[in-house]
Amino acid sequence: MTTTKDTPLVEMRDMSISFGGIHAVDGVTVDLYPGEVVGLLGHNGAGKSTLIKILSGAYKADSGAIYINGEKVEITSPRDSKRLGIETIYQTLALADNVDAAANLFLGRELMTPWGTLDDVAMEAAARQVMGRLNPNFRKFKEPVKGLSGGQRQSVAIARALYFDAKILIMDEPTAALGPHETAQVADLIKELKRQGLGIFLISHDLHDVFDLADRVAVMKNGKLVGSAKTTDVTADEVLGMIILGKCPPGATRGPGALSDAELATAHA
Amino acid sequence: MSDNAAASPGASSGAPPKARAQSFISALEVDVRFLGMVGALAVIWIAFHFLSGGNFLTPRNLWNLSVQTASVAVMATGMVLVIVTRNIDLSVGSILGVTGMIMAVAQADYIVPALGAGSGGVWIVTLLVGLAAGAAIGALHGYVIAYMGVPAFIVTLGGLLVWRGAAWWVASGRTIPVVDANFRLMGGGADGSVGASWSWIIAIVACVLIVFATWNARRQRKRFNFPLKPVWAEFATAGAGALAVIGATMVVNSYYLPGPLARRFAEANGLEMPPEGLFIAFGYAVPVLIAVGVGISMTFLATRTKFGRYVFAIGGNPEAAELAGINTRRVTLMIFALMGALAALAAAISTARLTSATNAQGTLDELYTIAAAVIGGTSLAGGAGTIAGALLGALVMQSLQSGMVLLGLDTPLQNIVVGVVLVLAVWIDSVYRRRLK
Repeated sequence: MTTTKDTPLVEMRDMSISFGGIHAVDGVTVDLYPGEVVGLLGHNGAGKSTLIKILSGAYKADSGAIYINGEKVEITSPRDSKRLGIETIYQTLALADNVDAAANLFLGRELMTPWGTLDDVAMEAAARQVMGRLNPNFRKFKEPVKGLSGGQRQSVAIARALYFDAKILIMDEPTAALGPHETAQVADLIKELKRQGLGIFLISHDLHDVFDLADRVAVMKNGKLVGSAKTTDVTADEVLGMIILGKCPPGATRGPGALSDAELATAHA
Repeated sequence: MSDNAAASPGASSGAPPKARAQSFISALEVDVRFLGMVGALAVIWIAFHFLSGGNFLTPRNLWNLSVQTASVAVMATGMVLVIVTRNIDLSVGSILGVTGMIMAVAQADYIVPALGAGSGGVWIVTLLVGLAAGAAIGALHGYVIAYMGVPAFIVTLGGLLVWRGAAWWVASGRTIPVVDANFRLMGGGADGSVGASWSWIIAIVACVLIVFATWNARRQRKRFNFPLKPVWAEFATAGAGALAVIGATMVVNSYYLPGPLARRFAEANGLEMPPEGLFIAFGYAVPVLIAVGVGISMTFLATRTKFGRYVFAIGGNPEAAELAGINTRRVTLMIFALMGALAALAAAISTARLTSATNAQGTLDELYTIAAAVIGGTSLAGGAGTIAGALLGALVMQSLQSGMVLLGLDTPLQNIVVGVVLVLAVWIDSVYRRRLK
C-alpha cells in the first residue's frame, strides 16, 4: 500500500457462497483499480451476478473478505454497500414499477423537507437534471415507470447509480434491453466515467461489448475463476476459449477454475 | 396515471371529441377512477331514494349513514397499506372485538376505580390502553409475517380465531357496559355530535386548508419552473372540494334533535321551549370527524412520508425495495401494527356507539373492510391504492346496506347483493386497468 495506484479500489478475496449445496461462487478473487473497467465474463449461471450481488450487499458471502481502498469492510446489506460508494445497475433494473422516475431515483435515500416530509418537488427537479444529461428526450416524469420503454427504464436505473457520486459502479448487463444507438450511448458513458476515475465492473455475456470497453477481463465458469487478463494480452478467441472450455491462454493469469494441462489433453483427444 | 397521448400537443389538434374530454380531465389532474366511484355512489343514492319513496336522501338517513360508515372506514385506511404491500389482514374484525372488550373491562375494573367515576382522564386512558393493545397484536402478526416468513393470509386467519376466542375469555362471554360518558361521545348520537356552529367552523377551516394546499402545491411547482395546471383547473378542483365540504355541513346541520331530546337539551341549558319547537342541529358526529381525521392523517402518511413511499415501493417490487436498502421487514411489521391500532380505534367507536362491548362485536368486519379497500381501487396484486378511495369504498358498502335495510330487504338477500356488488366492482376495475395498459 505505497501509492494509491497500487491499492486496488476493490479487492474481493477468496469469495464463496453456496445455495442449498450448490457452490454458486467458489473461491473467487477479483480486484478493480480506479479508472479501470473490468469485464466479468462467463456463461449464464457461471456465478457472475452472484459474485457481484455479494459486493452490492444483496447476498452475504459464506466466506472471503472484501477490501475497499485496502481496508477490510463488512457488507451485509445494500445500505452498507451504498455507504461505501458502491452503486449497482442490476440486470433486472430493480425498479418499483408503480412509482415515478424521481421516486425510483431516490428510493431509500429520499430528499426531505425541513418538516420531515418527502420533498417531491426537489426530487423531481434533481431527476429532471440528471435525466436531462442521460436521456434529453425523457419527458414522462409524472408517470409510473411501468409505462416507460426499455431504454427509458434503463436510463432511470443508470441515473440512480450516477446521481449519488459512486466511486465503484457495477453494471450487470447494462445494454441487454437497449437498441444499437442506446448501447453506443452507454459505451460513451462508461468511457466518460472511467475518465472521472470510477472503477467499473461490467458484466456481460456479449464478449465484443466487453472487449471494446474493458481494460481487463475476468472469466468465470461453474462458480470458479478461470483466469483474468488484460484485454491487450489476449485475443477475443482466447477469451472465448476461457468462457466455453475453461482453457486459460498464456497471456492470462490462471485461476482455480482453469483446466489443468492433463484435463486439456483429454478435452482435445 | 394521466393519459400521456392526450397531454402531448400533437394529439389535441384536430382530435375527436373523446380525446378532448380526456385532456379536459387530465388538465384537472383528478383520478378518473375516483370520479367513477363518486358517480357510482350518486347512482346508488338516487336509486335508493326513489325505491324507498324519498327516504334515503334525507338529512337523518345521511347522518346515520355517516356514523355507521365510520368504524369500517377507519379500518379500511389501514387495509389499503396492508393490501398495497401484497398482504391481507383477515383478523381486523376479531382485533376490533378483543380490543373493544379490553377497553370496556379495563375501564370498568381498573381505570374508573383508579381515576374516579366521571374523571375527564378516563376516556383518554381507556383509548390509549386499547390502541396499545391493538398495536401490540398487530405488531405480533407483523413479526410472524415479516421475520418468521409465514404468509399473512395464514397468520391473520389464525388471528381471526385466536382474538375472537380471546375476546370471549377477557370477559367470559359477558357483555360489558361502557360507563364513562366522555368515552361514549366517540360513538356519536345526540351528545356525540358537535352541533351547528362547530360544524361550520370545521367546514370553514377545511375550505381554508383546501385553498392553502392548492396554493402551496402551485407555489412549489413554480419554484422549480415545472409545468403548471391551468388556473381554471385549480379553481375547479379546489371549488369542488370546498363545495363538497359545505354541502356535507349543510346536510348534517339540517338534521335536528327529535322533540323529546330537544326539550331535554333546553331544560339542561335553561332555555325557554318555544311553541313552534326547538331546532337544534346535530352537526358532524364525533366518529365521523375521527374517521375523516384518520383519513387525512393516513393520506399524509401514505403520500408525504418515507414510510408511505416505502410501502408503495415494496408493493410495486419487493426485490427492488430490498436492493434499494429499504428494511422491508420492519416496514411490514409497522404496517400491521398500524392496522392493529386502527382496528382498536374502530373498536372504540363501535363500543362507544353500542355503549357496551359484546362478544360478537366486529364479526365479519374484516370482510367489509377488505371490500371497502378493494372497491375503493386498492389492487390485490399490490402497489396501487388510495386512502380516499377506501373511504369512498366504505361509504359505498354502507350505503348499499342501509339502503337495503330501508327497503326492508331480508338479511340473506342483503348479503347476496353485497357479495354480487363486490365481485362486479372488482371486475369493472380490472377491465378498466387492462384498458389503461
